Amino acid sequence: MNKNYGEIISIYGNMITVEFFANIVQNEVGYVLIGDQRLKAEVIKIKGNTAYMQVFESTKGLKIGDKVEFSGQMLSVQLGPGILSQIYDGLQNPLPELASEYGFFLPRGVHLEALDYQKKWHFTPLVKVNSSKLIAGSPLGYVREGLFKHYIMVPFNFYGDYSVEEIASAGDFCVNDIIAKIRDEKEVVKELSMVFQWPIKIPIKAYRQKLSPKDALVTKIRIIDTFFPIVAGGTYCIPGPFGAGKTVLQQITSRYAQVDIVIIAACGERAGEVVETLREFPKIKDSRSGKTLMERTIIICNTSSMPVAAREASVYTAATLGEYYRQMGLSVLLLADSTSRWAQAMREVSGRLEEIPGEEAYPAYLESRIAEFYERSGVVELGDGEKGSLTIGGTVSPAGGNFDEPVTQATLKVVGAFHGLSRDRANARRFPSIDPLESWSRYKSFVPAELIAKAKKVLFKGNEVYQMMKVVGEEGTSMEDFCLYLKSEFLDSVYLQQNAFDKVDAATDLSRQEKMLVKVIEVLDTSFSFEKKEEARRFFYEIRQLFIDCNYKEIDSQDFKNQEQAINELINKGAVAKCDSPKG
Amino acid sequence: MKQVHSKILSVVGNVITVKGSGVSYEELAEIRTVRGKSLAQVIRLDRDIVSLQVFAGSRGISTSDEVRFLGAPMRVTFSPNMLGRIFDGSGMPRDNGPALTDNLIEISGPIVNPVKRIIPKRMIRTNIPMIDVFNSLVVSQKLPIFSVSGEPYNELLARIAMQAQVDMIILGGIGLKFDQYMFFRDTLEEGGALSRTIFFMHTASDPTVEGLMVPDLCLAVAEKFALGGKDVLVLLTDMTNFADALKEISITMEQVPSNRGYPGDLYSQLAARYEKAVDFQEAGSITVLAVTTMPADDVTHPVPDNTGYITEGQLYLKGGHIEPFGSLSRLKQQVNDKTRRDHRAIMDGMIQLYAQYRETEEKRAMGFRMSGWDKKLLKYGDLFEQQMMDLSVNISLEKALDNGWNILAQCFVPQETSFKTDLIDEFWPKNMSNNTEGQAEDKESSFPPQGLDESEEDSDGEN
Repeated sequence: MNKNYGEIISIYGNMITVEFFANIVQNEVGYVLIGDQRLKAEVIKIKGNTAYMQVFESTKGLKIGDKVEFSGQMLSVQLGPGILSQIYDGLQNPLPELASEYGFFLPRGVHLEALDYQKKWHFTPLVKVNSSKLIAGSPLGYVREGLFKHYIMVPFNFYGDYSVEEIASAGDFCVNDIIAKIRDEKEVVKELSMVFQWPIKIPIKAYRQKLSPKDALVTKIRIIDTFFPIVAGGTYCIPGPFGAGKTVLQQITSRYAQVDIVIIAACGERAGEVVETLREFPKIKDSRSGKTLMERTIIICNTSSMPVAAREASVYTAATLGEYYRQMGLSVLLLADSTSRWAQAMREVSGRLEEIPGEEAYPAYLESRIAEFYERSGVVELGDGEKGSLTIGGTVSPAGGNFDEPVTQATLKVVGAFHGLSRDRANARRFPSIDPLESWSRYKSFVPAELIAKAKKVLFKGNEVYQMMKVVGEEGTSMEDFCLYLKSEFLDSVYLQQNAFDKVDAATDLSRQEKMLVKVIEVLDTSFSFEKKEEARRFFYEIRQLFIDCNYKEIDSQDFKNQEQAINELINKGAVAKCDSPKG
Repeated sequence: MKQVHSKILSVVGNVITVKGSGVSYEELAEIRTVRGKSLAQVIRLDRDIVSLQVFAGSRGISTSDEVRFLGAPMRVTFSPNMLGRIFDGSGMPRDNGPALTDNLIEISGPIVNPVKRIIPKRMIRTNIPMIDVFNSLVVSQKLPIFSVSGEPYNELLARIAMQAQVDMIILGGIGLKFDQYMFFRDTLEEGGALSRTIFFMHTASDPTVEGLMVPDLCLAVAEKFALGGKDVLVLLTDMTNFADALKEISITMEQVPSNRGYPGDLYSQLAARYEKAVDFQEAGSITVLAVTTMPADDVTHPVPDNTGYITEGQLYLKGGHIEPFGSLSRLKQQVNDKTRRDHRAIMDGMIQLYAQYRETEEKRAMGFRMSGWDKKLLKYGDLFEQQMMDLSVNISLEKALDNGWNILAQCFVPQETSFKTDLIDEFWPKNMSNNTEGQAEDKESSFPPQGLDESEEDSDGEN
């Protein structure tokens, strides 16, 4: 087949328009040829015989009339064994390999294979010759990739039923060795290797059905698991101003979340933050598997100074890899930091296309794009009845920390949980700085709803008293109200706040959360009587200190039991009568 | 390929268009007008129409003026001879020295591969307690100085330029007032720091567009020196002017503005510059300190807001000193455990007490009665402002830490602070006459107040 070429007719920033002569496809990849460099670009608009293309690299030095070679392929990723623990840029170029080949800098116009084509994998077949009724996504065999069975499946773009013509017997293969031949209904035989391509902007749907997400996804962060839970296959967002701790929260989640695979999409954020992850993760042990965290992690790294068009692609790349592993019956957590940078990338492109802008110059399709992205999450029932899930959590960086802006609002419409970070809490060093008064979750918590409601009521009432106290002072506040305020502060500091730098406190599992919450609620339920406010304050400081010390102790240690004992004694000492719910 | 065109089709703002072919994107051109020569850069190509932004501005450009394409993008010379020299926003000498044209390097070159970055671990000492003790500057950090106009930010930069422990300084001025430019030159000359400094100076009287190049010129040169093993500190003042120049060009190019007239790619543009800060493994480093003036002290203004999302913290200059609140060095945790073992404790403890002083100060202003504890806080606040916050204080980190203990001992008894016992045993000044006034009567209110418990000690600096 002759190659399909076009010619550049205009250049503006990373947007070029290209005159073409044969047929082209929307979202097709083309390469701008400049010297011996090939700059990757994607068709994003077609009008007459002009294609508008965004270039994934710097357009410096391009000229009118430069050739563009169309590939006929949509922007795709390679799916096969070897993706886990890899560090990719937004277009699935492996960064460590680029570094060993080109040194400090990322040169323009180089592309490396996403997978290692030399590495041998031990393949174990799961089907026999003449097995029939295979469909897209049916496993043919598996290889061991780190901790997991990596299923080699019928490619997802194969439609109809297939039967096996030939299948390799167990043995070592490279990813592009032929391991099977399958025959379709029209008797056409296709050869399969362990790798195939999939366009990133199209969701993978090779499953039987999508189920509604129910099972809690444990993050070991108390305020999230207890108060604003997330579920496997669900979605959530973390909006917050700069300095409020979005990235730290994401990092903690990526360490402790109870899932099989974590995909970190560093989208338009600081390179330094990714560096911490990629230098630390190979050293940190995962408590579930005993292996390093890196073995269950994929990093998609398109930091703020990397080309903006590739930033737009990076979240789709991450989602596609997530869907791929979901097809193997694994639970995958995708953390996108930050979706605002992705939306800004869309805005830049839209501006260069001279589209009529919506609010704050974001394109009119912003909301639908955000919705589409989060909709790629979900629990699915696979062909063999197994279940896999993809959970998506995105941070949002609203301009000026004001949640009333298009990206935050469009995101809130489609997610299942909202963890709003507050600058006030961050300034007061109350971490994680999730605002308990504003945040919400549509998912069910693992603790009974009455307990949650009770605790939230104390927080709300306590806050009211606090606001009042700012005006009338401590002197003008009744003892009852004052106690309520102290109780809400107590709940906040011993349960909602969590020290990410302490070995024990950083991760609290569910049984411990439940145990502690019951104890905390007991304090909230108890009526105390004090003569003076100072006495009340002192009492609550004391009990707070006991709880906090408790948080730092291993749950099965003697220290913990002693501490528990001390707490019980103190509660009994201060209590006058127990009532069912705090007054107010 | 050098082409000459002598028909200017349009002049809008500082952007002109000519007809041309074979021109490459971001190529430089030279325009000869009756008033002299100016450089211009290609910012858009549309078939045979070439749009150029004219660095010297479009005033006085005649439609018959000559436009000559130079066949190369913007480049800058690079050699050790640049030290001590002053250049303008197009890289031409501003002092009376000879033009340097050898060894040209491209500006805004490729970006650093994230996997080749290392976690920064080295501190840069500046002898300014508010930086060294409370917001340590770390090699490869990018840190803006958020400031209201009228604050002494340039004085602060000049002091850092003279005292910072780095191999060399590159100072970039964007839209600098002429007297500020002279101030920098004179101060560094008197201080003897001129010989380790390179200036790229664009003053307010120069054409706006020329200022756009300054950060790229500084960082391109810095990168070359860093690759050669030098620790380079790049100081930029003021990045708000840079953003305003971007705004001007994008509006001229009829781009849809996103927020208060700034272009939608403001974040990417700023990030492309700030992210040049790097610590090269087995070579040198680039650290960036950049002044960002906040119009009307509004941190949610697009320029400081976008900057805050890019940089690793910020220094907040207000009322003539670096504010303890709002200022944050995100990287300080990487270094302040290796200086002296009381560093972190002093950093957290003193700030928490100062926060209480602020509350007390508010209460006092509202006419509430001052308790004994309040009085202690008031005294503490005064001393803290004089001996730590004042920008003229010029002492080493160790001296500043000692000073911190002295201030504490002058105001409090050890139990009133939240420090760990072993630190108090080692560092609390022994024969200090403690301030005991009001101590007995006020036992109640001297109870360690909120926020001084262990749980919060190490959480400082999370981002």
